[in-house]
Amino acid sequence: MADDTTLTVRFFARLREELQTDTLTLPLDTPTTAGQLLSTLAQKGGPWAQLAGGQPVMIAVNQAMAKPDTPLNGGDEVAFFPPVTGG
Amino acid sequence: MNYSVSVQHQDFDVAEEYQALRDSGAGTGAIATFTGLVRDSGDLQGVTGLFLEHYPGMTEQVVTGLIAEASTRWDVRKARVVHRVGRLALCDQIVFVGVCSAHRGDAFAACAFIMDALKTSAPFWKKELSGEEEHWVGQRDSDLARHRDWE
Repeated sequence: MADDTTLTVRFFARLREELQTDTLTLPLDTPTTAGQLLSTLAQKGGPWAQLAGGQPVMIAVNQAMAKPDTPLNGGDEVAFFPPVTGG
Repeated sequence: MNYSVSVQHQDFDVAEEYQALRDSGAGTGAIATFTGLVRDSGDLQGVTGLFLEHYPGMTEQVVTGLIAEASTRWDVRKARVVHRVGRLALCDQIVFVGVCSAHRGDAFAACAFIMDALKTSAPFWKKELSGEEEHWVGQRDSDLARHRDWE
């Protein structure tokens, strides 16, 4: 469960399948941004490396579209996903 | 302004949706609706169905925001968006957008804007299914351009 010392990170669609992960709960020890979190996750290697810029990744923070420089706070829900294709 | 947004697995009935839009008051002189269907070709040829995923919570907020934006630009008396998720077959209905306005120009424009903006900003993702093949659809430059044209 997310509280003010953790971040909930969610993945959707192709990213969810390729990373075989839909939700992560991560400790938030130091101030960070959505883009820094993406770089940190990319270092896990394997399919995670694509988060470093191989494919376009869209970012949402607390269910609103965000940018790499959007700051993250404890309790936030961050989501990473491919460009949207509804309709 | 009166609006509603539904994201659902089950099918919808365009006649019922249209009738529900008609109770938007005597000031309504035009209702524009759009319905999107599952087509047999997209990124793949011989598409037999789709799987649609979304981001519950965020989707409804984004679509509600698009309706609000439309209502600041055009006369919108009532608006309705229904978008299906899950597994859909060829020719199934995917999405419905309906807008009530005083005049047709506003109804057409608001309906088209909501649909174009939904395609590039609401968190839905389509996977095409074709026989054994599965393919996550890529965003089209033409869709991005259509959204930009409204700016």
